[in-house]
Amino acid sequence: MSRSALTPLRHRRRATLLALGLSTALGLVLAPSALAGSILPQSGGSAAANHISNLYSITLYIAIVIFIGVEGTLLYCLYRFRARRGREAKQLHGNTRLEIGWTLAAAAIVVALATMTFIDLSSIRDPTNSGPGGLDLNNGVQYETTGALKPPDGRALTIQVNGIQYLWRYTYLGVSPNPDGLGDPYTYYQMVVPTNTTVILHVVSQDVIHEWWIPALGGKVQAVPGYTNYTWFKITKPGSYKGQCSFLCGRGHARMIAEVTALPPAQYQQWLSRLQANLAKADTQDATCRQELAKGQGPASVEFTKDC
Amino acid sequence: MATAALTPTPQIVAHRVTPAPHGIMGWVTTTDHKRIGILYLVTSFAFFILGGTEALLIRLQLGEANNTLITPEVYNQLFTMHGTTMVFLFIVPVLAGFGNYFLPLMIGARDMAFPRLNALSYWLFLFGGLVLYGSIFWSPPEAGWITTVPLATSTYLPSGGVDAWIYLVHLTGIASLLGAINFYVTIANMRAPGMTWSRLPLFVWSILAYSLLLIIAIPVVAGAVTMLLLDRHFGTHFFDSAEGGSALLWQNLFWFFGHPEVYILILPSFGIFSEVLPVFARKPIFGYKAIAASTIMISFLGLLVWVHHMFTTPTPLVVIVFAMISSFLISVPTGIKIFNWIGTLWEGAIEFKTPLMFAVGGIALFTIGGISGVFLAIFPVDWQLSDTYFVVAHIHFVLVGGSVFGIFAGVYYWYPKMTGRMLSEALGKWSFWLMFWGTLITFMIQHSLGLDGMPRRVYEYANVGNLQLYNQISTFGSWILGLGALLTLINVWRSLKKGAVAGPDPWRANTLEWFTTSPPPVNNFDEIPRVRSLEPMKDIRREVERQSKEGAGARKRTPVEVKVNA
Repeated sequence: MSRSALTPLRHRRRATLLALGLSTALGLVLAPSALAGSILPQSGGSAAANHISNLYSITLYIAIVIFIGVEGTLLYCLYRFRARRGREAKQLHGNTRLEIGWTLAAAAIVVALATMTFIDLSSIRDPTNSGPGGLDLNNGVQYETTGALKPPDGRALTIQVNGIQYLWRYTYLGVSPNPDGLGDPYTYYQMVVPTNTTVILHVVSQDVIHEWWIPALGGKVQAVPGYTNYTWFKITKPGSYKGQCSFLCGRGHARMIAEVTALPPAQYQQWLSRLQANLAKADTQDATCRQELAKGQGPASVEFTKDC
Repeated sequence: MATAALTPTPQIVAHRVTPAPHGIMGWVTTTDHKRIGILYLVTSFAFFILGGTEALLIRLQLGEANNTLITPEVYNQLFTMHGTTMVFLFIVPVLAGFGNYFLPLMIGARDMAFPRLNALSYWLFLFGGLVLYGSIFWSPPEAGWITTVPLATSTYLPSGGVDAWIYLVHLTGIASLLGAINFYVTIANMRAPGMTWSRLPLFVWSILAYSLLLIIAIPVVAGAVTMLLLDRHFGTHFFDSAEGGSALLWQNLFWFFGHPEVYILILPSFGIFSEVLPVFARKPIFGYKAIAASTIMISFLGLLVWVHHMFTTPTPLVVIVFAMISSFLISVPTGIKIFNWIGTLWEGAIEFKTPLMFAVGGIALFTIGGISGVFLAIFPVDWQLSDTYFVVAHIHFVLVGGSVFGIFAGVYYWYPKMTGRMLSEALGKWSFWLMFWGTLITFMIQHSLGLDGMPRRVYEYANVGNLQLYNQISTFGSWILGLGALLTLINVWRSLKKGAVAGPDPWRANTLEWFTTSPPPVNNFDEIPRVRSLEPMKDIRREVERQSKEGAGARKRTPVEVKVNA
């Protein structure tokens, strides 16, 4: 009698649990964009960031299972084996088989995680070729990258990211015809890149350690004085991606912000020519100033500070 | 005195051959391991109050987007002092305090192997702390508790704060090194008759691991900070890349110390969990050998993983992969520990006293930190999470959940032995629940802060997305956590006079410290019992019962005299 009365209830409870579990899992699968920045890392800007987010979410599923398993068993023990009248503790000293079992289980999870990491690694780390509709790098030999990181065809837009207390300076390498590269255009704070184009960053620092990080574009890399560190991205959606220095670099650390703006290649070209023109104009002004200096008008003179 | 422990026959101990000085001179000149232990505990809890206050100020500043309450300079000083204080001046010395007080008692020794060296350790630690806190009257250090180079060189931070930090590392480092050697020699040579390595209490195993790690790691950081000192003041270029040095060298040297340091901070707390759980579950520890072995395994692997703090540096991939695999491997012995603790509760009769609650709550919180650690070990994922609030959340689940909850479990468990009085259970449970929820509320949401792009060590953030909401939740939690910790401090103070009298063995525990009176006499034991199992006190209680039954038949004899040295 009691058995038949209990069974449907137990079934119903199991069904409820199953439904709850499934809906949670589905929610996690279907709404990654809504969850990015709260339970998943930011993504969407580049393939690397998306792959990191995937790797993270697979790990998260495994973690949730382990978390519920461990904390659930702990809570169960605390409730089920609490001291009460008539309860005698069983004098167990261990269980070798069980202990070997969970050691192997833990090791198996670790092997699985390592395997997953290696499967995803190259899609995160290795740059791909620029897509169709990207900046035409074929006739631009100057865009050939020289660093340790390059796409299969060797052609990518290369930008040097230089960390300075407390701003970022970007040099668009290979744009200037000067062989010494001194004439390459540069910007501060805002980096502008063409869409569908593989961009390789050479990250350096000229004072203390900084760290380049635009969350939606992928992982961070430290800018260490004396070293060149590399990362890459390829943005498909035009737009603005924000980030900031993430390694303590002094009192202004919190304000060392950065922005990457992706433009369609045609607009990028226009922006680049405008930048070059502006820089040339500023250079001419500088040259004039230098000439005036040479004429003997020292920097202390009012006229000098006014004009230059 | 030192050789007494090796002699199995009962000894006649001469009390007060030279009268010990009274009052404050008694404390200053003491070489008694119990008094030194108390000095360590009281001093480190004083630093805990300072470090906790700094944490609350940090959270106060972050409670609002674009807050201008605290200047960037002071903010950097606050988190530097907070981290340095909690690591060097709270957790390491508080564990040294427990080790000092209880290790000799647990192994049936009458003191540490080198009592004077022991006193020297304490005073070096105290002066290390005073040097660091002396700097707040001039210019405190502001390069983080890891004191990143080149930021910490004289070019960028010429003020004396970094130098104060260097001397702190040296003084507390020598203190820890001498203390570690002392612990090791004591464990190796002064165990009670019959206490083989396989009957060593798990807390003693963990102090052994703590000592070995300190002996290996401290010289490396001592060398690194000496190089930094030379760079700062004597024109050397160890860390100056422009002159052939390397800024990465510092990170390698510091983390070679810094990661084992995390295990130095947590293993003794694990040892406390392993002592407390069997007592309150009323059953033996589950898988003693596995827990002891996992302690040693964690220590060994802990020496191989420092590069996982450097995944974003220009380091070759093969080194990074090695660091990932070795970090993964640590989760196996750590998992073994957690499973064995749960196995200890299994089929027990669990008494919900405050020490047990702190131990179990600590395990529950540490598990979260352990799991988030796996995310960080996967280096491509770490590229996103490194140096963000996700890492802040991770270390605090590990160090608050693991270390601090273990320390609080130790306070509630051993206070009766140290003072002869019980702590208030009611206050203790309030303290536990506030700290437990405080930790969860403060640090759980910080995972999301990190995923949302907030780096650590920033004094302000823009009001975009949910950043302000998440930070407010965290700040709210920090007050609950602080209130909970405060209740325990009040409890400790109040119970000194008002607590119920404890008696020698209030918990009916297993290890030898409960064999002597509370608090123990200067010589600890008039007779050192022969140890016959992992749980000598159980044997002794059984023996008392047997003898009192026999004695009751023959002649009435109270109190029962126990012949333990047969």
